[in-house]
Amino acid sequence: MSGLFEEIHEQPAADVPTRRVSITVNGDKRVAQVEPRLLLAHLLRQGLKLTGTHTGCDTTNCGACTVLFDGKPIKSCTMLAVQADGHEVTTVEGLAGASELHPIQEGFKDEHGLQCGFCTPGMMLAAKALLEENPDPTEDEVRWALSGNLCRCTGYQNIVKSVMWAAKKMQAQSAS
Amino acid sequence: MNTGENPPTQFVDNDLKPVGHGRMLRKEDARFIRGKGRFIDDIQLPGMLHLAILRAPIAHGRIVSVDVTLAEAHPKVKLVGTGAMLAEHGLAWMPTLANDVQPVLATDKIHFQWQEVAFVVADDRYAAQDALELIDVEYEQLPVVVNARTALEASAPVIRDDLAGKTDNRCFDWETGDKQATDAVFARAEVVVGQEMVYPRVHPAPLETCGAVANYDPIDGDLTLWSTTQAPHAHRTLYSMVAGLPEHKIRVISPDIGGGFGNKVPIYPGYLCTIVASMLTGAPVKWTEDRFENLTSTAFARDYVMHGEIAATKAGRILAIRTNVLADHGAFNGVAAPTKYPAGFFGVFTGSYDIQAAHCAMTAVYTNKAPGGVAYSCSFRVAEAVYLIERLVDCLADQLGMDPVELRLLNLLKPDQFPYTSMTGWIYDSGDYESTLREALKIADYAGLRREQAEKRASGELMGIGVSVFTEAVGAGPRKDMDILGLGMADGAQLCLYPTGTAVLRVSCQSQGQGHETTFAQIVAEEIGIPPADIKVVHGDTDLSPFGMGTYGSRSTPVSGAAAVLVARKVRDKAHLFAATMLEVTVADLEWRKGSFHVIGDPAKSLTIQQIAKWAYGTGQLPDGVEGGLEAHIHYHPENLTYPNGAYICVVDVDPGTAVVTVRRFIAVDDCGTRINPMIIEGQVHRGLTDGVGMALMEMITFDEDGNCLAASLMDYLLPTALEVPDWETGFTVTPSPHHPIGAKGIGECATVGSPPAIVNAVVDALKPYGLRHADMPLTPSRLWEAMNGNAQPPM
Repeated sequence: MSGLFEEIHEQPAADVPTRRVSITVNGDKRVAQVEPRLLLAHLLRQGLKLTGTHTGCDTTNCGACTVLFDGKPIKSCTMLAVQADGHEVTTVEGLAGASELHPIQEGFKDEHGLQCGFCTPGMMLAAKALLEENPDPTEDEVRWALSGNLCRCTGYQNIVKSVMWAAKKMQAQSAS
Repeated sequence: MNTGENPPTQFVDNDLKPVGHGRMLRKEDARFIRGKGRFIDDIQLPGMLHLAILRAPIAHGRIVSVDVTLAEAHPKVKLVGTGAMLAEHGLAWMPTLANDVQPVLATDKIHFQWQEVAFVVADDRYAAQDALELIDVEYEQLPVVVNARTALEASAPVIRDDLAGKTDNRCFDWETGDKQATDAVFARAEVVVGQEMVYPRVHPAPLETCGAVANYDPIDGDLTLWSTTQAPHAHRTLYSMVAGLPEHKIRVISPDIGGGFGNKVPIYPGYLCTIVASMLTGAPVKWTEDRFENLTSTAFARDYVMHGEIAATKAGRILAIRTNVLADHGAFNGVAAPTKYPAGFFGVFTGSYDIQAAHCAMTAVYTNKAPGGVAYSCSFRVAEAVYLIERLVDCLADQLGMDPVELRLLNLLKPDQFPYTSMTGWIYDSGDYESTLREALKIADYAGLRREQAEKRASGELMGIGVSVFTEAVGAGPRKDMDILGLGMADGAQLCLYPTGTAVLRVSCQSQGQGHETTFAQIVAEEIGIPPADIKVVHGDTDLSPFGMGTYGSRSTPVSGAAAVLVARKVRDKAHLFAATMLEVTVADLEWRKGSFHVIGDPAKSLTIQQIAKWAYGTGQLPDGVEGGLEAHIHYHPENLTYPNGAYICVVDVDPGTAVVTVRRFIAVDDCGTRINPMIIEGQVHRGLTDGVGMALMEMITFDEDGNCLAASLMDYLLPTALEVPDWETGFTVTPSPHHPIGAKGIGECATVGSPPAIVNAVVDALKPYGLRHADMPLTPSRLWEAMNGNAQPPM
């Protein structure tokens, strides 16, 4: 990798001002040398090769780049990688357990909450943040919580059903 | 492991575990929900460079000079490309899908704002963007044409002075139907209603923008191009024609695509720049456009100014339709439509009604805007046609004081009239429109809705009910009629059963989320009786899949789907021969039950398809004249389009104080014939209905008088979120297509096509107390407020 993000053991180009960042991504501590202007979304995608985080716009509207930042959903196209220094980031790649899917992932599959799959990672992470804050949301609350995430394929209805499905499953899991 | 003696999978023919048609969860989801999709910008190759495009800030003007000295001096820049440089290679201009031409990079003139002027190739995308700012271009501005209505005025500057002898901005004239007969019906009709309506310029805006990675191997002369294309095979042929590379040395790979919606059918300048850059640098080169570039320079949709007239008796019998259309095609005619159909399938504007005469005269013009026109699930202009007729019928109902449903019931084509040849020459395959409409009325409780509306009106509330009963035309198309740049609109399919009884189907359609990897496995499963899980569907790689025209115009099920059925039957027929040999009986002694051949009258003697597959590759004596192995290939030309239909009912509430429209209910009953996977159909319908809410209420690509695009980002080009759409209510009827091998029609674009008129009809209905007869989309609060106050304005 050139310039924008160097693995720490590599020597960054001398003429480019860079900063060292240490970010816990999906539970693993990752260290990188980055230009201050590098967007977090690009560090995740190109630097760390976590390409499940997508970019669908350049005005912070679409939410395809949504990741969890210390547990809260943020649009990673609108945060600099250096701002994430010392923080915890969860991407779609960190959603599933070692052997089984997260209930939200299962819900999206079972309720046909995705088609092209481009909005799906951001959508699921926004849903995860919602369900951690509000384990038993109404459909209106789900729609509100996902209103920062655009989808062009599903017409949203099956996404709402997917999140409700996951909520039910997560409640059953925590009850047992 | 499958030994052939025991089939590996037991399957039950029911909804939960279908062997063929039925609700089945998607195979694709496994990777997408894990972030393991393979989209274009996910591709990273060793040594890969990044390309960015410099775009013109003006809408019309001459290029005086382009100075790239500073950009070339940037330490991370490997190459700077200009129109002059491409001209040296004979690549400055490329053909469009409509037999027009379009610059790859502008050489001497800018035709629309944000047109491609130069490119930079650098080590990373940040450096490429930096270097764009170091290119100095001097422009000399020319007067601008943004309004199609003024494009043909004598004073209008000629946009396309590159075309020999061009003295005006006329793109083409086109007409259909019988003018004389139509005028005669209009002359004696008791009632004539006319309405001008604009279908404004919108944009498909797939969430993933367009992009490409080109990798040219200078040693072998092989080009591999990963790109966001809905038609990889057609693109391969066109690259060969444009770039002069031999076709067998071009491999186009369409990876997972983050939505297409017609936006990813054309070849864009960025793709060609990427190819040129890879050839000149010897390195892989990636180009990924941003949202701003996508909205301003890639295929727009609609932009038809339509004047429609409907003739009828006082009793409400519709007699004829007459229409004039002014089509704004932008600076280059880039419509992705069959060659003989410059206005696409707009000729189906007579809709679902039994009428006596119809005529359309159309003029298309060039303006200083981006090219496009056919996109956004329009089925080649059927969206415009359906909007025209469904608004006109409502205007007639208003004039006659009739209920819009009653008026439609009086005029709908009857089931026994099919196949029906329309007054503009389209042969509708099948339909039972009244049953479809009655199903929608039942779900909606239409009578109850009208009662509720009457109560609300009495108390000053604005509630509207809108109906649309539409006929689609999808599945291009018959070889004798339809081609794109001379390539007939057929699709190929190859099916290979492997010795252990699993299968690979290779198809030429290209999913962008429509679920082909699942549903095409279901189609084959239904025909040859092996479980969908044992069938892999391969598409999107021109080295691995057979030639065909790709996915758009809802043509996958009608054309590729038919190809998949027929290739499976071809394989089954061969298996039938083998089974007869294996069991030492005649072919006539065997009957097929899904998955196995049985000796008639001797149930103990049977063979599964998996057993036959193993034998096909084995050592047994083959029947005379039959080759071993179990595979087949076909290239399928449909004999006609399929004509799915639907009946939609929309219920809106309008806030009288703010003019904000809320879509409270939307009932969509679709009939696409045989249903392969109801779950996927429903998802497609939800998508199209959301498109309808967007187009009817929010979306518009608009320009100021200087040609500046005013909707160049998602800040201004508004797309519906989960909050703007209701829970959709769907239903269906089943009227199979008689000419399709399993009776299936296309469905993907139906809801996009059918829903906007239902929503506009509902809003106009809500505003009856204001005396409103029509208002143009998008019905944003400000535009609708003006309409409510008698100042309705066409969109610009």
